[in-house]
Amino acid sequence: MRPKKIKQEISGERELFQHSKNPLIFVGTATCGRSAGALDTLEVFRQELENRNINAEIIETGCFGLCYAEPIVGIAKPGHPNVWYRNISPERARELIDCYLTKDDTLADYALGCTGGTVDGIPLLFDLPMLKPQVRRVLWNCGFISPTNIDHYIGSGGYEALRKVVSEMEPDGVIDEVSRSGLRGRGGAGFPAGRKWEGCRRAPGNEKYVICNADEGDPGAFQDRSVLEGDPHSVLEGMIIAGYAVGARKGYIYVRAEYPLAVNYLEIAINQAREKGFIGENILGTKFSFDLEIFQGAGAFVCGESTALTLSIEGNRGMPKSLPRPRTTEEGLWGKPTVLNNVKTFANIRWIINKGADWFAEVGTEKSKGTAIFSLTGKIANCGLIEVPMGITLREIIFDIGGGISGGKAFKAVQTGGPSGGCLPASLLDIPVDFDSLATVGAIMGSGGMVVMDDGTCMVDVARYFLDFTEKESCGQCSLCRLGSSQMLEILRAITAGKGKPEDIDLLSELGEAIKIGSICGLGQTAPNPVLTTIRYFRDEYEAHIHKRECPARVCRELISYHILPDKCKACMICLRNCPVGAIKGGKEEVHVIDQDKCSRCGVCMSLCPERFSAVECIPGRLSEGDSK
Amino acid sequence: MMEKVSFTIDGLEVIANKGDTILKAALEHGIYIPHLCYHPDLEPFGGCRLCMVEIQGKGLTISCKASVEAGIAVITESPEINKVRRIAAELLIANHERNCLECFKNPECELQKIAGYVGIKEERLSRLKRTNKKLPIDDSNPFFSRDLNKCILCGICIRTCDEIQGVGAIDFAFRGPDTRVSAMKDKPIIESECVSCGECVVRCPVGALIPKTTQRPAREVKSVCCYCGCGCGIKLGVRGDVIVSVQGDVGNPASKGRLCVKGRFGIAEFVHHPERLTSPLIRKNGKLKESAWDQALDLVADKLKHYSPQEVAVIASAKCTNEENYVMQKFGRVVLGTNNIDHCARLCHAPSVAGLVQSFGSGAMTNSINEAEDAACILAIGTNTSVSHPIIGLRIKRAVENGGRLIVANPMKIDICRFADIWLRLRPGTDVALLMGMMKVIVDENLLDSSFIEQRCQDFDVFKDSLSNFDLDFVEQITGVPSKDIAEAARIYATSKPATILFYTMGITQHSHGTDNVLATANLAMLTGNVGKPSSGVNPLRGQNNVQGACDMGSLPNVYPGYQAVSDPTIREKFESAWGCGLPSSPGLTLVEILEAAYQHKIKALYLIGENPVLSDPDSQHVREALSRLDFFVAQDIFLSETAKLAHVVLPAASFAEKDGTFTNTERRVQRVRKAIEPIGDSKPDWWIVCQIAERLGAKGFNYSHPFDIMEEIRSLTPSYGGMSYQRLEKGGIQWPCPTDDHPGTPILHTKIFSRGKGRFIPLEYIPSGEMPDENYPLILTTGRSLYHFHTGTMTRKVTGLNTIEPEGTVEICHDDASKLGIAQGDKVKVSSRRGEVITKAEVTEALPPGVVFMTFHFAESAANILTNPKLDPVSKIPELKVSAVKVEKL
Repeated sequence: MRPKKIKQEISGERELFQHSKNPLIFVGTATCGRSAGALDTLEVFRQELENRNINAEIIETGCFGLCYAEPIVGIAKPGHPNVWYRNISPERARELIDCYLTKDDTLADYALGCTGGTVDGIPLLFDLPMLKPQVRRVLWNCGFISPTNIDHYIGSGGYEALRKVVSEMEPDGVIDEVSRSGLRGRGGAGFPAGRKWEGCRRAPGNEKYVICNADEGDPGAFQDRSVLEGDPHSVLEGMIIAGYAVGARKGYIYVRAEYPLAVNYLEIAINQAREKGFIGENILGTKFSFDLEIFQGAGAFVCGESTALTLSIEGNRGMPKSLPRPRTTEEGLWGKPTVLNNVKTFANIRWIINKGADWFAEVGTEKSKGTAIFSLTGKIANCGLIEVPMGITLREIIFDIGGGISGGKAFKAVQTGGPSGGCLPASLLDIPVDFDSLATVGAIMGSGGMVVMDDGTCMVDVARYFLDFTEKESCGQCSLCRLGSSQMLEILRAITAGKGKPEDIDLLSELGEAIKIGSICGLGQTAPNPVLTTIRYFRDEYEAHIHKRECPARVCRELISYHILPDKCKACMICLRNCPVGAIKGGKEEVHVIDQDKCSRCGVCMSLCPERFSAVECIPGRLSEGDSK
Repeated sequence: MMEKVSFTIDGLEVIANKGDTILKAALEHGIYIPHLCYHPDLEPFGGCRLCMVEIQGKGLTISCKASVEAGIAVITESPEINKVRRIAAELLIANHERNCLECFKNPECELQKIAGYVGIKEERLSRLKRTNKKLPIDDSNPFFSRDLNKCILCGICIRTCDEIQGVGAIDFAFRGPDTRVSAMKDKPIIESECVSCGECVVRCPVGALIPKTTQRPAREVKSVCCYCGCGCGIKLGVRGDVIVSVQGDVGNPASKGRLCVKGRFGIAEFVHHPERLTSPLIRKNGKLKESAWDQALDLVADKLKHYSPQEVAVIASAKCTNEENYVMQKFGRVVLGTNNIDHCARLCHAPSVAGLVQSFGSGAMTNSINEAEDAACILAIGTNTSVSHPIIGLRIKRAVENGGRLIVANPMKIDICRFADIWLRLRPGTDVALLMGMMKVIVDENLLDSSFIEQRCQDFDVFKDSLSNFDLDFVEQITGVPSKDIAEAARIYATSKPATILFYTMGITQHSHGTDNVLATANLAMLTGNVGKPSSGVNPLRGQNNVQGACDMGSLPNVYPGYQAVSDPTIREKFESAWGCGLPSSPGLTLVEILEAAYQHKIKALYLIGENPVLSDPDSQHVREALSRLDFFVAQDIFLSETAKLAHVVLPAASFAEKDGTFTNTERRVQRVRKAIEPIGDSKPDWWIVCQIAERLGAKGFNYSHPFDIMEEIRSLTPSYGGMSYQRLEKGGIQWPCPTDDHPGTPILHTKIFSRGKGRFIPLEYIPSGEMPDENYPLILTTGRSLYHFHTGTMTRKVTGLNTIEPEGTVEICHDDASKLGIAQGDKVKVSSRRGEVITKAEVTEALPPGVVFMTFHFAESAANILTNPKLDPVSKIPELKVSAVKVEKL
């Protein structure tokens, strides 16, 4: 079912900034920005403003999710629309100060877009192809406010939902609203949030807990991190409301230790919220008390699983507990009823309370309501973070929003849901992305990672890569995951090294099936997914590796060859001189030839051969001495 | 009555108890479902995935974790199940050694069983990668080795160490393919908290944990462990005439199959040790020379007949059987005409007997070991339970697991402190103050059990008045324990329902006011109504394997068997009539008094059996001197102990494994000890030796042919043992009192009335210890035990492995005191007291409070009792082994 296109009021300008007398300079200094050099850019602004005695306020913000455009800077001069700029290096920062801040040259060449009005020559920010189709609810504040200033959050309507809940609503009413909204857990499993909260509320006992799973272990996933770095209060507000609804007095945010910036921002946010009376005893003057604590993970992917996570908080080894076992909502942390939800699930709560369940459910499909956040990475033109209605197709995401494959190559596959997910081919691009549709083709939405691949990606190698990750992260408890992943990895390594055997594909399938059915937890149950889906949709690649000893994508070193085309070679000697193993024979007027036995297939020759000659090609399969292609 | 649930497995109707798992129900009904990580003693784990079954209409589930439900239809075989089961089994086997014939575990290996059930084909296995890991074998523990290459990661060893032992020395470590069972920091297990109990070894389903000093026996004989008073059931495994293994007897109600390192690994080696006495020895020209039995026995009889009853004494043995102790005290009284009969109970629980007789009328442990697990609260005072009574220590930890509260009162930081809700760190010798202080809180806050006091007790008011001397400020000042902790402990003790159980050992008794200490515990229990019901009472934990029995059998100067007073004319007449002779009417000398009398040359002849006073009694130099002054000294033992070395005649005795008889454990349970092998060398059972001497002295009534006959005689004279026939004991131990053949035995004493009728409150006052520190001897020496050695080490120091783990004695001292004296860890030091000096090694530890040092008494070469103070408790005559003043100097 195609989702309705909803026009949502999205403003880049916040009321709280509109009456600022001085110019405002927004600099995106979350992790993406920092890795692009935003701190140097920030330093330039600080220095220059001081040196030149300019009265402007610098506001450090989180990420928009336009990773390709970092460092992003926004300048809001009083009485003018905001102009947002892309890839602002320290030099460009100085230019911005010289030309726009102090004069009137908008430097449209550097601009991304504008908000809060029109500017000649600069498109509207939200008309950008990457932003236009998005429905930004969870990401609404990200990039537009300072995550370390609670007044920004409050000034954009923050903590209104909490106020409404504690002063006007009963806990059952809150749960009712959340249930009606159709919100399903955004951590990957998609369990209805309202039902989970209801289960916890009904469980006997008056010691209950709320836990936010901010472990985000999928390699390459950064949705949760961006929310925590851009708008941490939205998560806190959701947790406090959850506490009210289920009757908990204490909450934990389990953040992976590899997110020090997020941890830092959360600590600041919690302290500020406590000062304002949103956390602690007698919140907003009511009888409701709730406290929050941060708990840092210790570097284990498996601790993102709910029972392992609670064991970890209890100080134990994070080994998931086998079913059948009591539900976490009945016996969770320290054996007490516990609600455990993902960062993005909590971030949705305040919208449901403020705008209502019906509003929330206007977007999305029948069974998957609301928006989902995806991280787009890999061979895609516009990489970054996007928030779109559930039900949008893969095609729309990758081509409309993502801008298609970078470098103009052909789309080959998309891996959804991280190392637990599956690889889907072009033929499945029109599948709507929601909790249920992807499962029918062997993939999962998971927590929203999407890795796009072009024909330069070897699918067998991809399966090997992901299995390598899950094998190492297995907690080791059950024989199937611990030993089975090792077995499958060994086989894949052998295949990519040119030592595959004909029965390997069937063996991989047999092992994969058994591991899926028999493992204790989600890690084991989904570890075979990359293998099983690549076998299902890209079996020909496996067969090429095994039977023909060829890597069609030209990735697996043992199964490719480099070859100098005799009619193109101009004997310039560049490759010959740079070959690290001295495998190229030839001379000044002599066409160069690669000695296949010596060649280590490093690819240096091909990268150095001048483009106008393009005399070196990489071909699947191994050439032997005397072969010509 | 357990609620029943009816359901089907593969179409067969199964009726199980509500709360059982499907796997447990299946196995109990003889239906096998493959499993590796399941063990009936442990919580289900669900790691091996082999026990997967299908519940029709619900899908696949793990049967070791799934509870039975009425009406479900369970299927154990299906293509879907086999998909998982077969792959799981094949993966485990592909990564495992396959030379089963060379493995110790063959044929009891669970993995072999799985392979046989699932059916293993080489062509399928060859598709799977074989493991190439080669982890080094951990041989560090002297008793078992760990081969992690054979480990299947079922976690049973880890869960055993955690759930059953409460030690937690091992856990899963690392991740992914590197996951393995590991001790802290992946160090060899000998460097960890492991207590070498071997419980993991007996449960490992495969050959990853292998005992080193064990072989498979040809036959097994059920007996009782010879070490401590827990009385754990054991099975001696015999091959030929050698004991090759010792297993726990799971049917034993006290131990349920659990053993400590001494019981499991420390028996066979000492029984067969080359230093076992194999022939009688007679001293000629200052040296002990081998002789024949007749020669030795004749000599002993000949010599003993020259001494008057006042000049002679018998020291009986808490390690010998009931039958033997009976014969020993009968010998003393009938043959030598003396009541100078005593044994090492004098050094340990004499105050318990003397005290509890006054309070309750009976001096024994009131409740049973099992009941500890269900206690709402446990007060463990003066007992390092997990070290001295390991099996009871397990029960205490289990009780805490089950939600019970634990209060520990001990000057030292002992193992069970970490399980405790409150640890009262009192100064040595201040227990009366602590307990009376607690009782004052209970009375002041009206937490006492008035109806119990009213109906069941007497003399409350006088006692209550004596509490006024124990306000908390005073108690805090004396004991060093903060008032609020004392009050908190008192409240917890008094208000825990349904009952609080109190355990104590030497920390209460070995004081010059030990009897008062015991009376204090009795007062406390009665005050709160914690006597006479399950999981309550006052429970002295007896040390030796048969010290309870030795006391029961009357190896005491003032009572006959059954605690019947020698001074009571009616009772004396009964025994005179049974034994056919006149009997002495006044109580004899106690142990320390006997030795003192020997020193004074008033006692001239001594017949000592199975005891080692040179190491166990206070003031060792004095003891040696005393023994050397004897005109005639006969020692009877299994080894030439430090004491036996001083004898004129040494008679070789058979160990517990070489004779029949009974032991009585600390919970009054009389259990059969059975002969497994013939006596080593020319040694003879103790009862035979005593009877031979008796007959040579012309006595009648000593011609027993078997311990069975002795027990029949005991039964006829000892009301509490009246129903203890060998026929009944064959089926299992019975707790006395058991007066008649159809009486079931008595798990709990004083249930309706106290043995003396009403329980008696006794007022107390605080009396300081005999020798307090001063500027010459500024530290308090307190003594105690270790897990690895037993008492004077006569048996454990013959076991290589135990000596490896704990090779020597030390003096434990805290960091502050050590650094003030310039002492570092491992330094050689001299510890001296007014009685003597000892050279030993310093162990710097945080377990001691400042001002107190600690030594065990297991090591002859660093003998703590050279230093200790023989000041006696006036009532029970126990010496003050727990408090003496010493100084420590670096050498």
